[in-house]
Amino acid sequence: MSPDLSLTPVVVGVVLAMALGTYVTKAGGLWLLGRIDVSERVEAGLEVLPGAIVVSILGPELVEGGPAEWGAAALVLLVAWKTESVLLAIVVGAGAVVALRGVL
Amino acid sequence: MRRDSTDSADSTATEGANSTGNSSESGGPTSTDAGDGRADQDQPVTFTRRGIRDGFVKCVPVSLGVAGYGIAFGVLAQQAGLSVAEATLMSAVVVAGAAQVIAVELWADPIPVALVVGTAFVVNLRYTLMGAALRPWLRDLTPLQAYGSVFFMADENWALTMGELRSGGTKGAFLLGSGLAIWAFWVGSTVLGATAGATIGEPSRYGLDFVLVAVFLAIAVSLWDGASDLVPWAGALLVAVLSSQLLPGSWYILAGGIAGFVLEVARFES
Repeated sequence: MSPDLSLTPVVVGVVLAMALGTYVTKAGGLWLLGRIDVSERVEAGLEVLPGAIVVSILGPELVEGGPAEWGAAALVLLVAWKTESVLLAIVVGAGAVVALRGVL
Repeated sequence: MRRDSTDSADSTATEGANSTGNSSESGGPTSTDAGDGRADQDQPVTFTRRGIRDGFVKCVPVSLGVAGYGIAFGVLAQQAGLSVAEATLMSAVVVAGAAQVIAVELWADPIPVALVVGTAFVVNLRYTLMGAALRPWLRDLTPLQAYGSVFFMADENWALTMGELRSGGTKGAFLLGSGLAIWAFWVGSTVLGATAGATIGEPSRYGLDFVLVAVFLAIAVSLWDGASDLVPWAGALLVAVLSSQLLPGSWYILAGGIAGFVLEVARFES
């Protein structure tokens, strides 16, 4: 089976827009913050943004799940926290959710 | 992706310039001194091929961890309906792990363009601060060198570079070299994951429908910065769960993120 190498114009457009936006954030700090001062208050707010967005994604997803997903999620948290290995956390999580769905 | 602690409490001292040899391989905690962090630095910052090579070599162990994410991203992108070429293109030009995984989570037909692009931008706003922290060193480079290097800036090689430069290093090309290592592994592992993802049958049989949740949980653990995150995170969670019931589509993600930002700004005490 050969890999799918198709490129849809809309997808390419969205990807390029994401790339541009991301580059603006990366280069913007270099360019802008040498010229203006961001208050520590705003800086603190910006620092919590990624975490806040990640829990915002997780919240509704987990609320919709059941005991199997909750149990597997707890296990993933434990593995990620103890080992810091994403790959291991994913493998354990996927295995746990399959096992728990069979039991619960 | 691992984000290192960026306690603004550290920004008073110039301790970074004195501490030697703590450019830890693991990308350990490095404080972002948004001010001029090279108080004790008299050597000029240079941009050499050797600097690129040193950055690359030092970043390879870290890049192996990044590759784990890359494989997961490739599989998720493929499941979301992106072709191998499209997923690879995204990794090659966006170069921002968490933002890409979130984009794939939001992917639908038709693509919610404003939401995907907007959320990715907001998630990446932290890079603005990270780029600013590098300014004391990058301002000695030519614009092409500096603005070219930041394209390859990711959490991991930023942390390594901060450690290197603040311990007295003068290799201005370190960010580029370490970034090239991240980029190569990130793009390569995306190809691997996207190709492998296409050969897998019914995803839920292997628990693959849970992989996205697992990835985000792992990201959350790496982003957790201690008890001070509790209030903004809890606020974001609450707003996200409520607005997922009230708002169409996936706007609850941005709503939750912005709630966390507002809460943190409101309760901040200098």
